[in-house]
Amino acid sequence: MSFYFIALIKILVVIAVLLLALLYLQWVERKVIAHIQVRPGPYRVGPHGLLQPLADTIKLLTKEDLLPPGANRFLYMLAPFLAITLSLISIAVIPFGPIIEVAGTITYMQITDISIGVLFILAISSLTVYGIVLAGWSSNSKYPLLGGLRASAQMVSYELPMGMAVASVLLLSNSLSLREIVDTQSNYYWGFFPAWNVFREPFPQLISFIIFLVAIFAETNRIPFDLPEAETELVAGFHTEYSSMKFAGFFMAEYANMITASAMATTLFLGGWLPLWPEKFGSSYVPPAVFLAASALAFWGALGRARRQDRRTLPIAGAVFFLLAVMFLVHVVNFIVVPLFWFAAKTALILFTFMWVRGTLPRFRYDQLMGFTWKFLFPVAVVNLMITGLLVGLIG
Amino acid sequence: MHTVLFLIFAAIATGCGALVVTRRQPVSSALALVGVMVSLAALYLMLGGPFIAAVQIIVYAGAIVVLFIFVIMLLNAGRERRTEGSLMAPLLGIPLLISLVGALSYVVWRAFPETQMVRLGGNVVGTPAQVGRSLFTTYLLPFEITSVLILIAIVGAVVLAYKELD
Repeated sequence: MSFYFIALIKILVVIAVLLLALLYLQWVERKVIAHIQVRPGPYRVGPHGLLQPLADTIKLLTKEDLLPPGANRFLYMLAPFLAITLSLISIAVIPFGPIIEVAGTITYMQITDISIGVLFILAISSLTVYGIVLAGWSSNSKYPLLGGLRASAQMVSYELPMGMAVASVLLLSNSLSLREIVDTQSNYYWGFFPAWNVFREPFPQLISFIIFLVAIFAETNRIPFDLPEAETELVAGFHTEYSSMKFAGFFMAEYANMITASAMATTLFLGGWLPLWPEKFGSSYVPPAVFLAASALAFWGALGRARRQDRRTLPIAGAVFFLLAVMFLVHVVNFIVVPLFWFAAKTALILFTFMWVRGTLPRFRYDQLMGFTWKFLFPVAVVNLMITGLLVGLIG
Repeated sequence: MHTVLFLIFAAIATGCGALVVTRRQPVSSALALVGVMVSLAALYLMLGGPFIAAVQIIVYAGAIVVLFIFVIMLLNAGRERRTEGSLMAPLLGIPLLISLVGALSYVVWRAFPETQMVRLGGNVVGTPAQVGRSLFTTYLLPFEITSVLILIAIVGAVVLAYKELD
């Protein structure tokens, strides 16, 4: 009984955090891109636009839900449902932290640890293309159809180099369970340098990390590979005909896919929840230091030339950051939140890269996109896999 | 528990299989095929083959049927028109189908008289390590020959495509 109870609690916590992260990831992205383009971004709804996601949700909920004439009703309804469901499933096997003991029960910080976790995520991500393709086909409109066609070709093509990049990591870690993959990265070279798969001997997986990053950009349809929804050519691509919450469903699916893909990259290449340097050199004091610095910055901002409303909100933010910093020092929750901090920090770094690239690079042409994966990325991934296999066979 | 799951997924697989044939919209048929593949993967999982289950979804549902749908969309295949089939088809077909199923089950029953019910759940025979080891030891020759066969098919496709370009 307690197994089901614990599983239920873990599922509720993970889903709540994931949905909140989805909402605010969009706010963070708008802010980051705004600052790259030297403008303030959302600013009006709540302090620094913090309530903007809620306002957007209300706006989308109250929009009219349209069904284009001649559309296939069943598939038109099914497509956003498929997209959002499949993008939320794969978070179930991502490990967020080590094995912990709370009130006498020992449990994983992960919804479930299955022996084929890597294959499970690859399988689910290979199904996500159906949501997009069906949306494009069932709308009975030319732009969505073109978007759907592009999506199916692009996602099938980029799965190959992604699979090859993951395979070379599997050669190093000798397991398909995501938890064991993280556990094999827990050593430190010379006592302080992390033995994550990016730096791992006998062959550092830096090349496969970059290939994996490029492939997940294409798999999640992000700039510079967002050809299925290229505004300048296809109006809005596969979701042109969708409105209201169905449109929001595609939007959420894209962000959920980004979060899962970043978490996967963290787990496979960046050592998951493991700290940057060993605990005996004080790595567990990094999170409180970071939050104390943020708190000090907020208080300093409130004292300086702040606007009238910022004089009220910035001290509140400072107090929240201070409480978070204290939380990292309390022994009761310490062992849970410190691994979570490292995991979230690495995932956030990759998510920031997504936004950074979106604010920096223009879109590829479609033939360049396909040529890039088949003529460059795939051969490089194969050579990388062969070198890794050879070195693991000779040395490892 | 496992029997109930088996019945659920077997029903989904059979139902989707029937839909593949009866749907008149090609895209709907292809989607029903995905339903068959995914429920087959669930059955493999219960038989103790997690690797086969994952590969079933990755290869069949994730790649092959996506290519089917790609081609259907590219050719813009519309609804099938139903021909006014002759009365002979159901009159001859249904008895033939029943006799075929009967003959097959009789042969299976005679060939394996001491069979037992399939044990669902608990058996671990298809882990990735076991599959890999048997592929590279016991079944090395068939495995390599299959890969050469696929290579020949690819080369043949390229040659045919080039002829059409000239």
